[in-house]
Amino acid sequence: MPVAATVNGQAVAFESETDTPLLWALREELGLTGAKFGCGVSACGACTIHVDGRTVRSCVFPVSQAAGKTITTIEGLKSNEGELHPVQQAWIEAQVPQCGYCQSGQIMAAVDLIARLGKPTPAQIDEAMTNICRCGTYPRIRAAILRATDQAAE
Amino acid sequence: MKIKRRYFLLGAVAVAGAGVFGVKWADGDAQRRAMATTIGDGEAGFTPWLKIASDDVVTIYSPTIDFGQGSHTALAQMAAEELDADWTKVRVEQAPALPGFANAAIIQGFANEAGGLGDKIPKSLLSLVARSMPMQLTGGSSSIRYVGQILMRKTGAAARYVLLEEAAAQLNAPVSELTTADNIVTHAASGRSLRYGEIAAAAAERSLPNTPTLKEPAAYRLIGQPVARLDIPSKVDGSAQYGIDVSLPGMRVATIMMAPVREGRLESVDEQPALAVPGVEKVVQQDDAVIVVARGYWQALKGLRSLSPRFSDAGHAALNSPAIYEAQDQLREAGNATNSAGSGDVDVHFDAPDAQIVEAQYRVPFVHHAMMEPFAMTAHHQDGKLEIWVGMQDPLSVRKIAAEAAGLSPDDVTVHPLIMGGGFGRRFPQSCQIIAQSARLAMECPWPVKLIWSREEEVRHGAYRCQSSAHLKAAIGADGAIAAWRTDYVQRDNAEMECPFNYAVPATSRRHFTYTTNQDDGPLRSVNSTQMGFYNESFIDELAHAAGQDPYAFRRAHLADGSRHQRVLDELARRSGWQSTPAPGVGRGMALVESFGTIVGQVVEASVDEGGQPHVHKVTAVVDCGSVVNPLNAEAQIQGGIIMSLSIALGEEITLENGAVVQSNFGDYPILKLADTPPLIDVHFLQSDAAMGGLGEPGVPPAAPALANAIFAATGKRIRTLPIRDQARALEA
Repeated sequence: MPVAATVNGQAVAFESETDTPLLWALREELGLTGAKFGCGVSACGACTIHVDGRTVRSCVFPVSQAAGKTITTIEGLKSNEGELHPVQQAWIEAQVPQCGYCQSGQIMAAVDLIARLGKPTPAQIDEAMTNICRCGTYPRIRAAILRATDQAAE
Repeated sequence: MKIKRRYFLLGAVAVAGAGVFGVKWADGDAQRRAMATTIGDGEAGFTPWLKIASDDVVTIYSPTIDFGQGSHTALAQMAAEELDADWTKVRVEQAPALPGFANAAIIQGFANEAGGLGDKIPKSLLSLVARSMPMQLTGGSSSIRYVGQILMRKTGAAARYVLLEEAAAQLNAPVSELTTADNIVTHAASGRSLRYGEIAAAAAERSLPNTPTLKEPAAYRLIGQPVARLDIPSKVDGSAQYGIDVSLPGMRVATIMMAPVREGRLESVDEQPALAVPGVEKVVQQDDAVIVVARGYWQALKGLRSLSPRFSDAGHAALNSPAIYEAQDQLREAGNATNSAGSGDVDVHFDAPDAQIVEAQYRVPFVHHAMMEPFAMTAHHQDGKLEIWVGMQDPLSVRKIAAEAAGLSPDDVTVHPLIMGGGFGRRFPQSCQIIAQSARLAMECPWPVKLIWSREEEVRHGAYRCQSSAHLKAAIGADGAIAAWRTDYVQRDNAEMECPFNYAVPATSRRHFTYTTNQDDGPLRSVNSTQMGFYNESFIDELAHAAGQDPYAFRRAHLADGSRHQRVLDELARRSGWQSTPAPGVGRGMALVESFGTIVGQVVEASVDEGGQPHVHKVTAVVDCGSVVNPLNAEAQIQGGIIMSLSIALGEEITLENGAVVQSNFGDYPILKLADTPPLIDVHFLQSDAAMGGLGEPGVPPAAPALANAIFAATGKRIRTLPIRDQARALEA
């Protein structure tokens, strides 16, 4: 029984078995490879996407729970005109990524944080941004979030 | 035996580097064949490394990979600088995995630096080089200082030279009256100009100069500039395609379980439970692993989890981490060193009646690379040809290893190099089990198969930074200076050639005791300098306190006046506010380590809370790498190295129990997160006229000892074993 949902504005019907983590359905069924596999246990955040506007670590979120939901991946952040989201733009301006593998998840987490809090304080950034980056881009992630919210760096 | 073989190979490399493998122009069929694969219609190739299209687009091919360090952008900057290219028209691509694109510059670079068989060659790296020639190795923080300085600049300058020659012929004007800028040759006297794109095809027919004149630094307009990285746009919109993202028609996905004890073998497995899982299509047994192939990853994983394979322990069942430390102690105490270096007679000073003797023992555990992208490799076998898609630190060696595993000739193997989600030394093909696993798997499957390691397999089957221990002993003379210093260290590899000891001490002794386990000790970002830096820079801090001196003044007194090291240290003290009083409860610790030709000093400010947890508040770093090509990248590399080092020092540890790795995922192998990252990591570069040093690795070594020294300053407790996490209670002030 396919699971109907909306992904990046498009109606889709997932055919994966319903216990399949949404991450794999997005990657293998829809070819949306921007969300990454990092740990499989919701520990690293590389697979972060939005479900109904809030962050979800899709490696442990079964397809069954996606029924009727609105899902956004990194590929769906751009505007309809193809313009980058302001957070993506800030990521470029702050030259955040190194290997880049975790950055889709980092950006999705930051977009949700800013949507919820507007101008997050450094303490709120620390609390919300729990995705792992092995390259150590954290200083520039902080700088990019401040830049995206028109706040001066410390 | 292993060690002797390495020395032999090292000698072979030095000879080859000096003579046969120097960077020469298209000197054979291999390069011509290589160019045939990259030069399209309307494009002109100037060596395999640079082509110019009729629309003025300049494409640079890099023999080294960029797995996050930003080297591709910097290499393009260097070639474009000498070419006088229009930066907006410059592209950079990974060179194909073909012998004509082999990385000879790294060999020449190490050979030049060493002047033959010198004392600063990272031996572990060069033995890798030797075993894998022809190769495209990325390692030793060598991309910019060797590939860039030797190959890219020369290529750009040579291409510009023949473009000028061609323009002179077409404009009927002497070269001396022509100028170049932004892909255009201009003859000011006649007001005429030619675009590179319109003369490239004819210019490429001319013979390239072997020793083109390179620019003086004063003329640079791209080198030294904070140019935005070319790869970043694709890494913020999800479009960058990593090895794990490959998708091919009819492709299947597989996952693997290896023998929990390294060197163990698969004894038996009942395949039926996996084959009963919907979507599972095949179970493949290999010598030390079982693989499940399915329609998708989740189905493969469910199939794998349904199996109960039996593995042997290869006689390693008694191996555990505490026992390794004990065995290392016993080996060292027995006193038969494998390698010895140093000068003077330390024992004379140790026995001197007025000497103050300080001794300490240090230990560091196995450490995992924890690259964010687990291993993934796709392979497809058809009609005796094997095609591979993967990201590794040496694509050419992937080809060789896969060919051997599949029983094919390298000529029948095509490797498509892809970008990587980190590496940090984990992706040297010689340590990457997945290459042979995937190649063999493909030979048994009618479809393309993508093999993905779970994070658990990734953590348990790493090529870890070695578990290592050391005993240090010093004599402080009546004058308060170090009279003798001895470092006895126990681990598999001799660190002598890559870890210079920079303090002026009358008598020094460094003794290496070879100790091996069943683990495949691998190079982890900055390699032996991580633990050697921790040993030496912690111990000199102990000596300073024993001598009743300030750690900065004490180090300074043991560095040559006017030396680069002393200059870094002085600038570090100034920028970190070393002389000022830190906030209550906060301690400052310092460390200075030279690695890969770069000198890095760091000061860490840290405190320990009431629960015994350490907190890092600020890090100041001063770096002398000669000159910097891209300051934005350079800062990111040093900051990233510091964060990785703090993470390793604070909480990372791989332990063995009954021969098997205990840890399995980020829950029990914690990586530092943003909240634990100090709010300020101030990085400053000191320009010097020294030869360019590396940047990918040298930021790592000082942070761990600087942190331990800061904790001592804050609490009076000396950290001699890493990670710090497990000693949290003992740190309660």
